[in-house]
Amino acid sequence: MFIKQISVFLENKVGVLREVSELLGRANIDMMALAVADTQSFGIVRIIVKDHEIDPALDILRANGYIAKVNNVICAEVQDKPMGLASLLAIIEEAGLSVEYMYSFLRGSTGGRARMILRLSDGQKGLKVFDLHGIRVLEQAEIDAL
Amino acid sequence: MPTREHLIYNPARECMSRDELRAWQGARLAETVKREYENVPMYRARMDDKGVKPEDIRSVEDLKYLPFMEKTDLRDYYPFDLLASPRSEIVRIHGSSGTTGKPIVSGYTANDVEVWSEMMARTLTAAGCTKEDIVHVSYGLGLFTGGFGAYQGANRIGAMVVPMSSGNTQRQIMMMKDLGSTILCCTPSYATYLGETIREMGLVPGRDLKLKAGCFGAEPWTEEMRLRIEELLGVDACDIYGLTEIAGPGVAFECLEKHGMHINEDHVIAEIINPATGEQLPYGESGELVFTTITKTGMPMMRYRTHDICTLTDEQCACGRTLARMGRITGRTDDMLVIRGVNVFPSQIETVLVSTHGVAPHYMLIVDRVNSSDTLEVQVELTEDMFGDTIGHMEAVRKHITNQIKSVVGIATKVSLVPPKSIPRSEGKAKRVIDKRKL
Ligand SMILES: [Zn+2]
Repeated sequence: MFIKQISVFLENKVGVLREVSELLGRANIDMMALAVADTQSFGIVRIIVKDHEIDPALDILRANGYIAKVNNVICAEVQDKPMGLASLLAIIEEAGLSVEYMYSFLRGSTGGRARMILRLSDGQKGLKVFDLHGIRVLEQAEIDAL
Repeated sequence: MPTREHLIYNPARECMSRDELRAWQGARLAETVKREYENVPMYRARMDDKGVKPEDIRSVEDLKYLPFMEKTDLRDYYPFDLLASPRSEIVRIHGSSGTTGKPIVSGYTANDVEVWSEMMARTLTAAGCTKEDIVHVSYGLGLFTGGFGAYQGANRIGAMVVPMSSGNTQRQIMMMKDLGSTILCCTPSYATYLGETIREMGLVPGRDLKLKAGCFGAEPWTEEMRLRIEELLGVDACDIYGLTEIAGPGVAFECLEKHGMHINEDHVIAEIINPATGEQLPYGESGELVFTTITKTGMPMMRYRTHDICTLTDEQCACGRTLARMGRITGRTDDMLVIRGVNVFPSQIETVLVSTHGVAPHYMLIVDRVNSSDTLEVQVELTEDMFGDTIGHMEAVRKHITNQIKSVVGIATKVSLVPPKSIPRSEGKAKRVIDKRKL
Protein backbone atom coordinates (compact mmCIF):
# COMPACT_ATOMS: atom_id res chain seq x y z
CA MET A 1 0.00 0.00 0.00
CA PHE A 2 0.96 3.59 -0.50
CA ILE A 3 1.58 6.06 2.27
CA LYS A 4 0.82 9.77 2.17
CA GLN A 5 3.34 12.51 1.60
CA ILE A 6 3.03 16.29 1.68
CA SER A 7 4.78 18.27 -1.08
CA VAL A 8 5.41 21.98 -0.71
CA PHE A 9 6.50 24.45 -3.35
CA LEU A 10 9.45 26.59 -2.22
CA GLU A 11 11.00 29.69 -3.60
CA ASN A 12 14.71 29.18 -4.04
CA LYS A 13 15.90 31.61 -1.42
CA VAL A 14 17.51 31.67 1.96
CA GLY A 15 15.30 30.87 4.94
CA VAL A 16 12.27 29.26 3.34
CA LEU A 17 13.12 25.73 4.41
CA ARG A 18 13.75 26.97 7.94
CA GLU A 19 10.40 28.70 7.93
CA VAL A 20 8.57 25.56 6.83
CA SER A 21 10.35 23.55 9.55
CA GLU A 22 9.53 26.17 12.15
CA LEU A 23 5.87 26.42 11.16
CA LEU A 24 5.43 22.67 11.51
CA GLY A 25 7.65 22.41 14.56
CA ARG A 26 5.77 25.10 16.46
CA ALA A 27 2.55 23.19 15.81
CA ASN A 28 4.20 20.11 17.25
CA ILE A 29 4.04 18.29 13.95
CA ASP A 30 6.64 15.56 13.84
CA MET A 31 8.49 15.30 10.55
CA MET A 32 9.43 11.66 10.12
CA ALA A 33 11.06 12.04 6.76
CA LEU A 34 12.01 15.02 4.68
CA ALA A 35 13.72 15.67 1.38
CA VAL A 36 14.39 18.75 -0.70
CA ALA A 37 14.64 18.85 -4.45
CA ASP A 38 15.69 22.07 -6.08
CA THR A 39 16.39 23.71 -9.37
CA GLN A 40 17.98 27.09 -9.99
CA SER A 41 14.67 28.88 -9.54
CA PHE A 42 12.48 26.83 -7.19
CA GLY A 43 12.40 23.83 -4.91
CA ILE A 44 10.00 21.17 -3.68
CA VAL A 45 10.17 19.89 -0.14
CA ARG A 46 8.59 16.50 0.57
CA ILE A 47 7.53 15.57 4.07
CA ILE A 48 6.14 12.47 5.78
CA VAL A 49 4.04 13.03 8.90
CA LYS A 50 1.56 10.85 10.78
CA ASP A 51 -1.85 10.58 9.10
CA HIS A 52 -3.72 12.65 11.70
CA GLU A 53 -1.14 15.45 11.36
CA ILE A 54 -1.56 15.81 7.60
CA ASP A 55 -4.58 18.13 7.63
CA PRO A 56 -3.24 20.40 10.38
CA ALA A 57 0.09 20.61 8.52
CA LEU A 58 -1.65 21.55 5.25
CA ASP A 59 -3.75 24.19 7.03
CA ILE A 60 -0.70 25.83 8.60
CA LEU A 61 1.26 25.82 5.35
CA ARG A 62 -1.60 27.19 3.26
CA ALA A 63 -2.42 29.81 5.85
CA ASN A 64 1.14 31.03 5.49
CA GLY A 65 0.87 31.29 1.74
CA TYR A 66 2.51 28.03 0.72
CA ILE A 67 1.25 25.79 -2.05
CA ALA A 68 1.04 22.26 -0.65
CA LYS A 69 -0.45 19.02 -1.88
CA VAL A 70 -0.80 15.43 -0.65
CA ASN A 71 0.30 12.55 -2.84
CA ASN A 72 1.01 8.83 -2.65
CA VAL A 73 4.47 7.32 -2.28
CA ILE A 74 5.87 3.91 -1.34
CA CYS A 75 7.79 3.27 1.85
CA ALA A 76 9.96 0.20 1.38
CA GLU A 77 12.41 -1.51 3.69
CA VAL A 78 15.91 -2.40 2.59
CA GLN A 79 18.69 -4.20 4.41
CA ASP A 80 20.87 -1.65 6.16
CA LYS A 81 24.17 -3.01 4.82
CA PRO A 82 26.36 -2.65 1.74
CA MET A 83 24.41 -3.49 -1.42
CA GLY A 84 21.07 -3.28 0.42
CA LEU A 85 19.86 -0.30 -1.59
CA ALA A 86 21.57 -1.52 -4.77
CA SER A 87 19.58 -4.74 -4.75
CA LEU A 88 16.30 -2.82 -4.34
CA LEU A 89 17.20 -0.59 -7.27
CA ALA A 90 18.14 -3.63 -9.35
CA ILE A 91 14.65 -5.07 -8.80
CA ILE A 92 13.07 -1.75 -9.88
CA GLU A 93 15.23 -1.54 -12.96
CA GLU A 94 14.59 -5.14 -13.94
CA ALA A 95 10.85 -4.48 -13.80
CA GLY A 96 11.30 -1.68 -16.32
CA LEU A 97 10.40 0.99 -13.78
CA SER A 98 12.24 4.17 -13.00
CA VAL A 99 12.72 6.10 -9.78
CA GLU A 100 11.35 9.63 -9.98
CA TYR A 101 12.75 10.39 -6.57
CA MET A 102 13.83 8.62 -3.43
CA TYR A 103 14.89 9.58 0.08
CA SER A 104 15.34 7.90 3.41
CA PHE A 105 13.53 8.10 6.70
CA LEU A 106 14.92 10.44 9.34
CA ARG A 107 14.35 7.83 12.02
CA GLY A 108 17.39 5.58 12.21
CA SER A 109 17.24 2.03 11.02
CA THR A 110 15.74 -0.64 13.20
CA GLY A 111 16.68 -4.30 13.31
CA GLY A 112 19.20 -3.91 10.54
CA ARG A 113 16.64 -2.45 8.16
CA ALA A 114 16.43 1.04 6.64
CA ARG A 115 13.27 2.63 5.26
CA MET A 116 13.22 4.34 1.90
CA ILE A 117 10.51 6.60 0.46
CA LEU A 118 10.09 6.16 -3.27
CA ARG A 119 8.10 7.56 -6.09
CA LEU A 120 8.24 5.29 -9.13
CA SER A 121 7.17 5.85 -12.70
CA ASP A 122 4.36 3.35 -12.04
CA GLY A 123 3.57 3.03 -8.34
CA GLN A 124 0.97 0.24 -8.62
CA LYS A 125 3.31 -1.93 -10.63
CA GLY A 126 6.09 -1.15 -8.14
CA LEU A 127 3.98 -2.46 -5.26
CA LYS A 128 3.37 -5.73 -7.12
CA VAL A 129 7.03 -6.17 -7.99
CA PHE A 130 8.09 -5.54 -4.39
CA ASP A 131 5.53 -8.04 -3.20
CA LEU A 132 6.86 -10.60 -5.65
CA HIS A 133 10.42 -10.12 -4.43
CA GLY A 134 9.50 -10.16 -0.77
CA ILE A 135 10.39 -6.48 -0.22
CA ARG A 136 8.46 -5.27 2.80
CA VAL A 137 6.35 -2.18 2.23
CA LEU A 138 5.07 -0.16 5.18
CA GLU A 139 1.40 0.76 5.53
CA GLN A 140 0.20 4.18 6.69
CA ALA A 141 -0.91 2.63 10.00
CA GLU A 142 2.62 1.40 10.65
CA ILE A 143 4.02 4.88 9.99
CA ASP A 144 1.44 6.34 12.38
CA ALA A 145 2.52 3.89 15.06
CA LEU A 146 6.23 4.67 14.76
CA MET B 1 -26.54 33.69 -45.34
CA PRO B 2 -27.75 35.93 -42.54
CA THR B 3 -28.49 33.96 -39.39
CA ARG B 4 -31.37 36.29 -38.49
CA GLU B 5 -33.34 39.26 -39.76
CA HIS B 6 -31.29 42.45 -40.06
CA LEU B 7 -32.65 45.99 -40.17
CA ILE B 8 -30.52 48.60 -41.91
CA TYR B 9 -31.17 52.31 -41.42
CA ASN B 10 -29.43 53.65 -44.52
CA PRO B 11 -28.77 50.79 -46.95
CA ALA B 12 -27.54 53.17 -49.69
CA ARG B 13 -24.62 54.17 -47.46
CA GLU B 14 -24.16 51.12 -45.27
CA CYS B 15 -24.15 48.63 -48.14
CA MET B 16 -22.32 50.47 -50.92
CA SER B 17 -19.49 48.68 -52.70
CA ARG B 18 -16.01 49.10 -51.25
CA ASP B 19 -14.88 50.88 -54.45
CA GLU B 20 -17.76 53.31 -54.25
CA LEU B 21 -16.99 53.88 -50.59
CA ARG B 22 -13.32 54.60 -51.25
CA ALA B 23 -14.20 57.13 -53.92
CA TRP B 24 -16.66 58.80 -51.52
CA GLN B 25 -14.06 58.84 -48.74
CA GLY B 26 -11.35 60.30 -51.01
CA ALA B 27 -13.56 63.20 -52.09
CA ARG B 28 -14.70 64.01 -48.51
CA LEU B 29 -11.17 63.68 -47.18
CA ALA B 30 -9.86 66.21 -49.72
CA GLU B 31 -12.63 68.69 -48.78
CA THR B 32 -12.01 68.24 -45.05
CA VAL B 33 -8.24 68.65 -45.29
CA LYS B 34 -8.73 71.84 -47.31
CA ARG B 35 -11.11 73.16 -44.63
CA GLU B 36 -8.67 72.27 -41.87
CA TYR B 37 -5.68 73.83 -43.62
CA GLU B 38 -7.54 77.04 -44.37
CA ASN B 39 -9.24 77.51 -41.00
CA VAL B 40 -7.07 75.99 -38.29
CA PRO B 41 -3.58 77.45 -37.77
CA MET B 42 -2.41 74.30 -36.02
CA TYR B 43 -3.27 72.06 -38.99
CA ARG B 44 -1.65 74.48 -41.39
CA ALA B 45 1.57 74.56 -39.33
CA ARG B 46 1.73 70.78 -38.97
CA MET B 47 1.09 70.14 -42.65
CA ASP B 48 3.61 72.80 -43.65
CA ASP B 49 6.10 71.07 -41.36
CA LYS B 50 5.61 67.85 -43.26
CA GLY B 51 5.64 69.65 -46.59
CA VAL B 52 2.07 68.55 -47.40
CA LYS B 53 -0.38 70.83 -49.19
CA PRO B 54 -4.15 70.24 -49.31
CA GLU B 55 -3.86 69.61 -53.08
CA ASP B 56 -1.64 66.60 -52.34
CA ILE B 57 -4.52 64.82 -50.63
CA ARG B 58 -6.79 63.40 -53.31
CA SER B 59 -7.60 59.85 -52.24
CA VAL B 60 -7.64 57.59 -49.20
CA GLU B 61 -4.15 56.40 -50.17
CA ASP B 62 -2.83 59.91 -49.47
CA LEU B 63 -3.92 59.74 -45.85
CA LYS B 64 -0.51 58.43 -44.81
CA TYR B 65 1.14 61.77 -45.66
CA LEU B 66 -0.92 63.62 -43.03
CA PRO B 67 0.25 64.33 -39.47
CA PHE B 68 -1.29 62.62 -36.44
CA MET B 69 -3.41 64.25 -33.75
CA GLU B 70 -3.23 63.37 -30.09
CA LYS B 71 -5.54 63.92 -27.14
CA THR B 72 -2.97 66.36 -25.74
CA ASP B 73 -3.62 68.57 -28.78
CA LEU B 74 -7.20 69.03 -27.63
CA ARG B 75 -5.91 70.13 -24.26
CA ASP B 76 -3.28 72.44 -25.71
CA TYR B 77 -5.78 74.13 -28.04
CA TYR B 78 -8.64 74.14 -25.53
CA PRO B 79 -11.36 75.22 -25.95
CA PHE B 80 -11.83 76.75 -29.42
CA ASP B 81 -8.51 76.86 -31.23
CA LEU B 82 -9.22 73.76 -33.32
CA LEU B 83 -12.55 74.97 -34.70
CA ALA B 84 -12.72 74.82 -38.48
CA SER B 85 -16.00 76.80 -38.61
CA PRO B 86 -16.86 80.22 -37.21
CA ARG B 87 -17.66 80.15 -33.50
CA SER B 88 -21.25 81.26 -34.29
CA GLU B 89 -21.82 78.08 -36.32
CA ILE B 90 -21.15 75.89 -33.25
CA VAL B 91 -24.45 74.76 -31.76
CA ARG B 92 -23.26 72.27 -29.16
CA ILE B 93 -20.36 71.43 -26.90
CA HIS B 94 -19.57 67.99 -25.52
CA GLY B 95 -16.53 66.85 -23.68
CA SER B 96 -14.90 64.53 -21.23
CA SER B 97 -13.13 65.42 -18.07
CA GLY B 98 -10.34 62.88 -18.07
CA THR B 99 -8.69 62.19 -14.77
CA THR B 100 -6.29 65.09 -14.58
CA GLY B 101 -6.25 68.74 -15.48
CA LYS B 102 -8.44 70.50 -17.99
CA PRO B 103 -11.32 68.77 -19.74
CA ILE B 104 -11.28 68.30 -23.47
CA VAL B 105 -14.19 69.67 -25.46
CA SER B 106 -15.46 69.25 -28.96
CA GLY B 107 -17.62 71.79 -30.83
CA TYR B 108 -20.44 70.57 -33.06
CA THR B 109 -22.06 72.46 -35.93
CA ALA B 110 -25.69 71.65 -36.83
CA ASN B 111 -24.22 69.42 -39.55
CA ASP B 112 -22.08 67.54 -36.99
CA VAL B 113 -25.07 66.91 -34.72
CA GLU B 114 -26.88 65.49 -37.78
CA VAL B 115 -23.91 63.28 -38.72
CA TRP B 116 -23.75 61.93 -35.18
CA SER B 117 -27.53 61.39 -35.01
CA GLU B 118 -27.32 59.41 -38.25
CA MET B 119 -24.55 57.24 -36.77
CA MET B 120 -26.64 56.51 -33.70
CA ALA B 121 -29.79 55.89 -35.75
CA ARG B 122 -27.84 53.24 -37.67
CA THR B 123 -26.55 51.83 -34.38
CA LEU B 124 -29.99 51.47 -32.83
CA THR B 125 -31.53 50.12 -36.05
CA ALA B 126 -28.79 47.47 -36.24
CA ALA B 127 -29.86 46.30 -32.77
CA GLY B 128 -33.44 45.97 -34.04
CA CYS B 129 -34.90 49.36 -33.10
CA THR B 130 -37.79 50.80 -35.17
CA LYS B 131 -40.35 53.58 -34.83
CA GLU B 132 -42.43 51.19 -32.71
CA ASP B 133 -39.78 50.85 -30.03
CA ILE B 134 -39.31 52.47 -26.62
CA VAL B 135 -35.71 53.39 -25.96
CA HIS B 136 -34.62 53.58 -22.34
CA VAL B 137 -31.48 55.71 -22.03
CA SER B 138 -29.47 55.25 -18.83
CA TYR B 139 -26.35 56.96 -20.13
CA GLY B 140 -25.75 60.30 -18.42
CA LEU B 141 -27.31 63.21 -20.28
CA GLY B 142 -24.80 66.01 -20.03
CA LEU B 143 -21.40 67.02 -21.27
CA PHE B 144 -20.66 63.32 -21.75
CA THR B 145 -21.84 62.19 -25.20
CA GLY B 146 -23.51 58.90 -24.20
CA GLY B 147 -26.98 60.14 -23.27
CA PHE B 148 -27.39 62.72 -26.03
CA GLY B 149 -26.12 60.26 -28.63
CA ALA B 150 -28.74 57.65 -27.81
CA TYR B 151 -31.45 60.30 -27.52
CA GLN B 152 -30.68 61.82 -30.92
CA GLY B 153 -30.42 58.44 -32.64
CA ALA B 154 -33.78 57.29 -31.30
CA ASN B 155 -35.28 60.64 -32.24
CA ARG B 156 -34.04 60.28 -35.80
CA ILE B 157 -35.73 56.85 -36.06
CA GLY B 158 -38.92 58.23 -34.52
CA ALA B 159 -38.84 55.81 -31.59
CA MET B 160 -40.08 56.85 -28.13
CA VAL B 161 -37.21 58.00 -25.93
CA VAL B 162 -37.15 57.66 -22.16
CA PRO B 163 -34.26 59.92 -21.11
CA MET B 164 -33.62 58.46 -17.65
CA SER B 165 -29.97 59.43 -17.41
CA SER B 166 -28.00 57.59 -14.72
CA GLY B 167 -28.80 56.73 -11.10
CA ASN B 168 -31.76 55.52 -9.00
CA THR B 169 -31.85 51.96 -10.25
CA GLN B 170 -35.16 50.99 -8.60
CA ARG B 171 -36.88 53.89 -10.33
CA GLN B 172 -35.26 53.00 -13.66
CA ILE B 173 -36.61 49.47 -13.39
CA MET B 174 -40.08 50.69 -12.43
CA MET B 175 -40.22 52.97 -15.48
CA MET B 176 -38.87 50.23 -17.71
CA LYS B 177 -41.62 47.92 -16.51
CA ASP B 178 -44.48 50.45 -16.60
CA LEU B 179 -43.64 51.88 -20.03
CA GLY B 180 -42.63 48.57 -21.55
CA SER B 181 -39.21 49.73 -22.75
CA THR B 182 -37.81 47.52 -25.50
CA ILE B 183 -34.31 48.91 -26.09
CA LEU B 184 -31.75 49.72 -23.39
CA CYS B 185 -28.78 52.06 -23.79
CA CYS B 186 -26.19 52.15 -20.99
CA THR B 187 -22.72 50.94 -20.04
CA PRO B 188 -22.25 47.15 -19.93
CA SER B 189 -21.43 47.29 -16.23
CA TYR B 190 -24.65 49.17 -15.49
CA ALA B 191 -26.59 46.69 -17.67
CA THR B 192 -25.21 43.88 -15.50
CA TYR B 193 -26.14 45.75 -12.34
CA LEU B 194 -29.65 46.45 -13.66
CA GLY B 195 -30.04 42.79 -14.59
CA GLU B 196 -28.95 41.61 -11.16
CA THR B 197 -31.27 44.07 -9.43
CA ILE B 198 -34.18 43.04 -11.65
CA ARG B 199 -33.59 39.40 -10.65
CA GLU B 200 -33.32 40.30 -6.97
CA MET B 201 -36.64 42.10 -7.22
CA GLY B 202 -38.14 38.86 -8.49
CA LEU B 203 -38.94 40.29 -11.91
CA VAL B 204 -38.71 38.04 -14.93
CA PRO B 205 -37.56 39.51 -18.25
CA GLY B 206 -39.99 38.50 -20.99
CA ARG B 207 -42.86 38.42 -18.49
CA ASP B 208 -42.46 41.63 -16.48
CA LEU B 209 -40.13 43.45 -18.87
CA LYS B 210 -40.26 43.80 -22.65
CA LEU B 211 -36.57 44.51 -23.32
CA LYS B 212 -35.32 42.89 -26.53
CA ALA B 213 -31.97 44.50 -27.23
CA GLY B 214 -29.35 46.82 -25.80
CA CYS B 215 -26.54 49.02 -27.11
CA PHE B 216 -23.78 48.91 -24.53
CA GLY B 217 -20.57 50.90 -24.67
CA ALA B 218 -18.36 53.63 -23.21
CA GLU B 219 -16.14 51.03 -21.56
CA PRO B 220 -14.44 47.84 -22.74
CA TRP B 221 -16.20 44.55 -22.03
CA THR B 222 -15.85 40.87 -22.82
CA GLU B 223 -17.78 38.01 -24.46
CA GLU B 224 -18.41 36.56 -21.00
CA MET B 225 -20.08 39.82 -19.97
CA ARG B 226 -22.19 39.73 -23.12
CA LEU B 227 -23.49 36.26 -22.26
CA ARG B 228 -24.19 37.30 -18.69
CA ILE B 229 -26.12 40.45 -19.73
CA GLU B 230 -28.08 38.55 -22.37
CA GLU B 231 -29.05 35.94 -19.80
CA LEU B 232 -29.92 38.43 -17.05
CA LEU B 233 -31.97 40.77 -19.22
CA GLY B 234 -33.15 38.44 -21.98
CA VAL B 235 -31.78 40.78 -24.67
CA ASP B 236 -29.42 40.86 -27.63
CA ALA B 237 -26.43 42.76 -26.24
CA CYS B 238 -24.66 44.81 -28.92
CA ASP B 239 -21.33 46.55 -28.47
CA ILE B 240 -20.89 50.16 -29.56
CA TYR B 241 -17.79 52.31 -29.81
CA GLY B 242 -17.28 56.02 -29.94
CA LEU B 243 -15.36 58.95 -28.64
CA THR B 244 -16.20 62.60 -28.20
CA GLU B 245 -13.22 63.71 -30.27
CA ILE B 246 -14.65 61.93 -33.33
CA ALA B 247 -18.42 62.29 -32.72
CA GLY B 248 -19.60 60.33 -29.71
CA PRO B 249 -21.12 56.85 -29.39
CA GLY B 250 -22.01 55.28 -32.72
CA VAL B 251 -18.70 55.76 -34.52
CA ALA B 252 -18.84 51.95 -34.75
CA PHE B 253 -21.63 49.55 -33.82
CA GLU B 254 -22.42 45.87 -33.82
CA CYS B 255 -25.20 44.33 -35.87
CA LEU B 256 -27.09 41.30 -34.54
CA GLU B 257 -24.37 39.03 -35.95
CA LYS B 258 -22.34 40.32 -32.95
CA HIS B 259 -19.12 39.74 -34.77
CA GLY B 260 -17.25 43.03 -34.64
CA MET B 261 -18.42 46.64 -34.87
CA HIS B 262 -19.26 48.18 -38.24
CA ILE B 263 -17.49 51.50 -38.64
CA ASN B 264 -19.48 54.38 -40.15
CA GLU B 265 -16.90 54.68 -42.87
CA ASP B 266 -18.80 57.21 -44.95
CA HIS B 267 -18.15 59.64 -42.07
CA VAL B 268 -14.81 58.49 -40.71
CA ILE B 269 -11.78 56.69 -42.12
CA ALA B 270 -10.27 54.09 -39.82
CA GLU B 271 -6.62 53.02 -39.96
CA ILE B 272 -4.58 50.58 -37.94
CA ILE B 273 -1.00 51.69 -37.35
CA ASN B 274 2.05 50.36 -35.64
CA PRO B 275 2.03 52.53 -32.51
CA ALA B 276 5.80 52.59 -32.31
CA THR B 277 6.51 53.71 -35.89
CA GLY B 278 3.21 55.24 -37.04
CA GLU B 279 3.30 53.07 -40.16
CA GLN B 280 -0.02 51.77 -41.57
CA LEU B 281 -0.77 48.08 -41.05
CA PRO B 282 -2.93 45.88 -43.30
CA TYR B 283 -6.40 44.61 -42.33
CA GLY B 284 -6.20 41.74 -39.90
CA GLU B 285 -3.14 42.96 -38.04
CA SER B 286 -3.39 44.18 -34.49
CA GLY B 287 -2.35 47.77 -33.84
CA GLU B 288 -3.50 51.21 -32.81
CA LEU B 289 -6.82 52.48 -34.11
CA VAL B 290 -6.68 55.90 -35.80
CA PHE B 291 -9.69 57.90 -37.01
CA THR B 292 -9.99 60.72 -39.52
CA THR B 293 -13.33 62.50 -39.75
CA ILE B 294 -14.43 63.38 -43.28
CA THR B 295 -17.87 64.98 -42.86
CA LYS B 296 -17.55 67.01 -39.66
CA THR B 297 -17.23 70.77 -40.03
CA GLY B 298 -17.03 72.09 -36.45
CA MET B 299 -13.98 70.35 -35.10
CA PRO B 300 -12.80 67.82 -37.66
CA MET B 301 -10.05 65.43 -36.61
CA MET B 302 -7.10 64.46 -38.76
CA ARG B 303 -5.59 61.00 -38.03
CA TYR B 304 -6.63 61.05 -34.38
CA ARG B 305 -4.75 58.45 -32.37
CA THR B 306 -7.15 56.61 -30.04
CA HIS B 307 -4.39 54.56 -28.35
CA ASP B 308 -6.86 51.66 -28.44
CA ILE B 309 -5.53 48.38 -29.79
CA CYS B 310 -7.70 46.28 -32.11
CA THR B 311 -7.91 44.75 -35.58
CA LEU B 312 -9.98 45.70 -38.64
CA THR B 313 -11.61 43.49 -41.24
CA ASP B 314 -13.38 44.38 -44.48
CA GLU B 315 -14.81 40.90 -44.99
CA GLN B 316 -18.44 41.05 -45.98
CA CYS B 317 -20.76 40.65 -42.97
CA ALA B 318 -23.76 38.32 -43.08
CA CYS B 319 -26.02 41.29 -42.28
CA GLY B 320 -25.43 42.77 -45.73
CA ARG B 321 -23.43 45.82 -44.65
CA THR B 322 -20.17 46.42 -46.46
CA LEU B 323 -18.82 48.71 -43.74
CA ALA B 324 -15.57 47.36 -42.30
CA ARG B 325 -15.64 46.04 -38.75
CA MET B 326 -13.34 46.58 -35.79
CA GLY B 327 -12.73 43.84 -33.22
CA ARG B 328 -12.95 44.29 -29.49
CA ILE B 329 -10.42 46.61 -27.92
CA THR B 330 -7.71 44.30 -26.58
CA GLY B 331 -5.50 46.86 -24.88
CA ARG B 332 -4.05 50.35 -24.79
CA THR B 333 -0.83 51.44 -26.44
CA ASP B 334 0.17 53.05 -23.17
CA ASP B 335 0.70 49.52 -21.86
CA MET B 336 2.73 48.41 -24.87
CA LEU B 337 6.29 47.19 -24.49
CA VAL B 338 8.72 47.06 -27.38
CA ILE B 339 10.98 44.07 -26.81
CA ARG B 340 13.67 43.29 -29.40
CA GLY B 341 11.58 45.27 -31.88
CA VAL B 342 8.39 43.30 -31.20
CA ASN B 343 5.30 44.99 -29.76
CA VAL B 344 4.17 43.14 -26.66
CA PHE B 345 1.01 43.83 -24.67
CA PRO B 346 0.54 42.59 -21.10
CA SER B 347 -3.02 41.64 -22.14
CA GLN B 348 -1.61 39.07 -24.60
CA ILE B 349 0.40 37.39 -21.85
CA GLU B 350 -2.67 37.44 -19.62
CA THR B 351 -4.71 35.74 -22.35
CA VAL B 352 -2.10 32.98 -22.59
CA LEU B 353 -2.12 32.43 -18.83
CA VAL B 354 -5.92 32.32 -18.72
CA SER B 355 -6.08 29.87 -21.61
CA THR B 356 -3.47 27.54 -20.12
CA HIS B 357 -4.83 27.53 -16.58
CA GLY B 358 -8.43 28.61 -16.76
CA VAL B 359 -7.94 31.48 -14.36
CA ALA B 360 -5.77 34.55 -14.50
CA PRO B 361 -2.92 34.03 -12.08
CA HIS B 362 -1.09 37.05 -10.78
CA TYR B 363 1.87 37.84 -12.95
CA MET B 364 4.56 40.43 -13.43
CA LEU B 365 6.57 41.26 -16.51
CA ILE B 366 10.15 42.28 -15.93
CA VAL B 367 11.92 43.86 -18.86
CA ASP B 368 15.66 44.37 -18.79
CA ARG B 369 18.58 44.87 -21.11
CA VAL B 370 21.41 42.38 -20.86
CA ASN B 371 24.42 42.71 -23.18
CA SER B 372 22.47 45.28 -25.22
CA SER B 373 19.66 42.81 -25.86
CA ASP B 374 16.18 43.11 -24.34
CA THR B 375 15.01 40.36 -22.03
CA LEU B 376 11.51 39.63 -20.78
CA GLU B 377 10.91 37.62 -17.66
CA VAL B 378 7.36 36.53 -16.90
CA GLN B 379 6.84 35.81 -13.22
CA VAL B 380 3.74 33.72 -12.64
CA GLU B 381 2.34 33.05 -9.21
CA LEU B 382 1.81 29.35 -8.81
CA THR B 383 -1.70 28.07 -8.20
CA GLU B 384 -2.50 24.74 -6.60
CA ASP B 385 -3.71 23.45 -9.98
CA MET B 386 -0.32 24.08 -11.52
CA PHE B 387 1.67 22.48 -8.73
CA GLY B 388 2.89 18.91 -9.16
CA ASP B 389 5.08 16.82 -6.96
CA THR B 390 8.07 16.38 -9.29
CA ILE B 391 10.61 18.74 -10.79
CA GLY B 392 9.71 17.18 -14.15
CA HIS B 393 6.08 18.25 -13.78
CA MET B 394 7.00 21.79 -12.80
CA GLU B 395 9.42 22.11 -15.69
CA ALA B 396 6.69 20.89 -18.06
CA VAL B 397 4.29 23.56 -16.74
CA ARG B 398 6.96 26.22 -17.19
CA LYS B 399 7.84 25.03 -20.67
CA HIS B 400 4.20 24.93 -21.73
CA ILE B 401 3.66 28.55 -20.70
CA THR B 402 6.92 29.58 -22.38
CA ASN B 403 5.90 27.90 -25.65
CA GLN B 404 2.39 29.37 -25.59
CA ILE B 405 3.74 32.89 -25.07
CA LYS B 406 6.23 32.35 -27.85
CA SER B 407 3.51 31.29 -30.26
CA VAL B 408 1.12 34.12 -29.35
CA VAL B 409 3.53 37.00 -28.79
CA GLY B 410 6.36 35.80 -31.00
CA ILE B 411 9.26 36.26 -28.65
CA ALA B 412 11.22 34.04 -26.28
CA THR B 413 10.70 34.78 -22.60
CA LYS B 414 12.00 33.45 -19.33
CA VAL B 415 9.06 32.13 -17.32
CA SER B 416 9.53 31.88 -13.55
CA LEU B 417 7.07 30.20 -11.24
CA VAL B 418 6.87 32.06 -7.96
CA PRO B 419 4.99 31.35 -4.72
CA PRO B 420 1.50 32.73 -4.17
CA LYS B 421 1.25 36.33 -2.96
CA SER B 422 4.92 36.97 -3.69
CA ILE B 423 4.07 39.52 -6.39
CA PRO B 424 3.23 42.85 -4.75
CA ARG B 425 -0.44 43.83 -4.94
CA SER B 426 -1.36 47.37 -5.70
CA GLU B 427 -4.60 49.15 -5.00
CA GLY B 428 -6.60 50.00 -8.07
CA LYS B 429 -5.09 49.18 -11.44
CA ALA B 430 -2.64 46.31 -11.10
CA LYS B 431 0.95 47.09 -11.90
CA ARG B 432 2.04 44.41 -14.34
CA VAL B 433 5.31 45.68 -15.69
CA ILE B 434 8.71 46.60 -14.33
CA ASP B 435 10.83 48.06 -17.10
CA LYS B 436 14.38 48.19 -15.80
CA ARG B 437 15.60 49.63 -19.10
CA LYS B 438 14.14 52.97 -18.09
CA LEU B 439 15.67 53.00 -14.61
ZN1 LIG C 1 -23.05 43.08 -39.76
